[in-house]
Amino acid sequence: MATENLVYDRPEGFTDTPTHYCPGCTHGVAHRLVAEVLEEMGVIEKTIGVAPVGCSVFAYNYFDTDFVEAPHGRAPAMATGVKRVMPDRIVFTYQGDGDLASIGMGEIVHAAARGENITVIFINNANYGMTGGQMAPTTLPGMKTTSSPNGRDVETQGYPIKVSEMLSTLDGVGYCVRRSLHDPKNIRLAKKAIRMAFETQARGLGFSMVELLSTCPTNWGMTPVNSLKFVEEHMIPFYPLGDYKISDAIKQIKI
Amino acid sequence: MPKELWKGNEAIAEAAVRAGLEAYFGYPITPQTEILEYLSRRMPELGRTFVQAESELGAINMVYGAACTGVRVMSSSSSPGVSLMMEGISYIAGTEVPTVLVNVMRGGPGLGNIAPAQGDYNQAVHGGGHGDYQPIVLAPASVQEAIDLTVLSFDLAEKYRAICMVILDGCVGQMMEPAEMPEMRPVHRENWDWNTDAKMGKRERRILSSIYIDPVDEEQTNLRLLNRWKTIQANEVRYKEYFLDDAEIVIVGFGTAGRVSLSAVRTAREQGIKVGLLRPITVSPFPYEALDQLSGRVDAFLVTEMNSGQMLEDVRLAVKGRVPVEFYGRLGGVVPFPDEILSEIHRMAKVKLGTDVHPRDAWLERMAHIV
Ligand SMILES: Cc1ncc(C[n+]2csc(CCOP(=O)(O)OP(=O)(O)O)c2C)c(N)n1
Ligand code: SF4
Ligand SMILES: [Mg+2]
Repeated sequence: MATENLVYDRPEGFTDTPTHYCPGCTHGVAHRLVAEVLEEMGVIEKTIGVAPVGCSVFAYNYFDTDFVEAPHGRAPAMATGVKRVMPDRIVFTYQGDGDLASIGMGEIVHAAARGENITVIFINNANYGMTGGQMAPTTLPGMKTTSSPNGRDVETQGYPIKVSEMLSTLDGVGYCVRRSLHDPKNIRLAKKAIRMAFETQARGLGFSMVELLSTCPTNWGMTPVNSLKFVEEHMIPFYPLGDYKISDAIKQIKI
Repeated sequence: MPKELWKGNEAIAEAAVRAGLEAYFGYPITPQTEILEYLSRRMPELGRTFVQAESELGAINMVYGAACTGVRVMSSSSSPGVSLMMEGISYIAGTEVPTVLVNVMRGGPGLGNIAPAQGDYNQAVHGGGHGDYQPIVLAPASVQEAIDLTVLSFDLAEKYRAICMVILDGCVGQMMEPAEMPEMRPVHRENWDWNTDAKMGKRERRILSSIYIDPVDEEQTNLRLLNRWKTIQANEVRYKEYFLDDAEIVIVGFGTAGRVSLSAVRTAREQGIKVGLLRPITVSPFPYEALDQLSGRVDAFLVTEMNSGQMLEDVRLAVKGRVPVEFYGRLGGVVPFPDEILSEIHRMAKVKLGTDVHPRDAWLERMAHIV
């Protein structure tokens, strides 16, 4: 007798709304990982998300939790306001690289420096996806975008910002790591990291962030498969995966 | 409660605490900083939230986040800082979460100076942030009024899910006067049906956002907000009248300009001149109707402001050219003396006034000796 084994289902952390992301975009993967972690930790009921401005602006439609929607870059400040008056809730932001590392650099640095007990999911796709693929602070040197048509010239357009490395220097940060979403193994590692980030918050151990190297096939002008290869071959060498800061208290967490 | 000597800024801070303020987020800027400093001590003492933000941009978005959960929240700043808050103010208006803001105005534009001014009237009353929205704006002229209006602002903000801004100039913020504090109200978190404070196993999920991606929805929202504003206009206009019963000349001035004008009015009355004062307390909603009615029975108006005639345009709208409207302003941080306003009253009582020259142009000509 054949038995049926359910190997894939929508996590409880999701609503029934299908996402609007382009085919092959890893925003969807990142969403799923967050939803699974919230479900596994049993915190869906007490979670409040803060959506950004960027392709994930409608993140609030997909997670089955309360959500507020921030102005471009201000999610960490908004999350600070929510968390400070609701300290027993789980509060997370989900932000792109333009949102977090350009217009919102002030807000993210100071939320981290204050050691706000919030979790930040940071999607680094090396461009401004939503507005049609302009250069972001994370765009690789030489990378072509619609606003660096000849390739990013670091002499005139500056150097990319390595956010995890930078934030890990701040004392308020408990957990800060970079992972990638380009293959199943790395996706599993990313999920573990997201879990640890939320565990950090649940224990009040300070600011937690997971930077996720992500794809934007549409604006990169690549097939989804080639986009994944681009992450592996070009982004990871520039943005090394790793644990940039895990405080001693967090190292003790066993899950 | 007995009267005590209070400094304007500290009085506002304590009044907010007594009105049930649960969270304050701010950034230092003169002449407002005492509000921040006072609350940095007072809020933690009461187990409430105080955060010195990285900027006014940070502060307003912290306010925005906290407001979404339904708590009583406030920020305060002075002109340049309020400009930086405009992004958040527009989002808060679009999301319809109650928020109290205090602007202790200083001389501008730009960095300007730290002297008292009223140059942010238009920014406060006629928007400043993008999109269609209208905040409630209250303008105290004394420390006592600053206390009372701060308390009122929390109630109005919640009643209408609106932004309520208290605008005062550095004079009211910095001066000390005897004033009476209200009783301490307990912190009370209203269980609004929009509080976005996590489901907690009790309800469907909630989203608060200023996004209405379908233009038709956005239009509906704008119209709904506009209709709410009409209710506010019908119910919340507040102003003070002085010597208006038999007045032939009526001065219109808010905040410190109104208060200085009152001194001039008293002196003029002693001299037998029939002059009165209407001092708007809500500059938004503006007392159009009261002025409209007055314009049917008085000879002329004099608008006094510590700016270049921003409220003047609203007075002109109300008066509709029926009688002459004159203007006298000092700006850039200069506060008018009662004597200056008194000589304007004398001038108006003496010469025949017309309506053909814009009052600002006429005033500019009279100011030629300064420029
Ligand atoms: C104040 C402001 N400036 C600019 C924009 C336009 N804008 C919308 S999304 C976006 C870029 C988002 O890029 P990113 O954060 O990298 O997210 P992605 O779409 O790549 O996921 C910009 C510039 C805006 N909405 N608000
Ligand atoms: S534009 Fe890029 S980041 Fe945005 S949904 Fe499409 S692929 Fe994803
Ligand atoms: Mg991006």
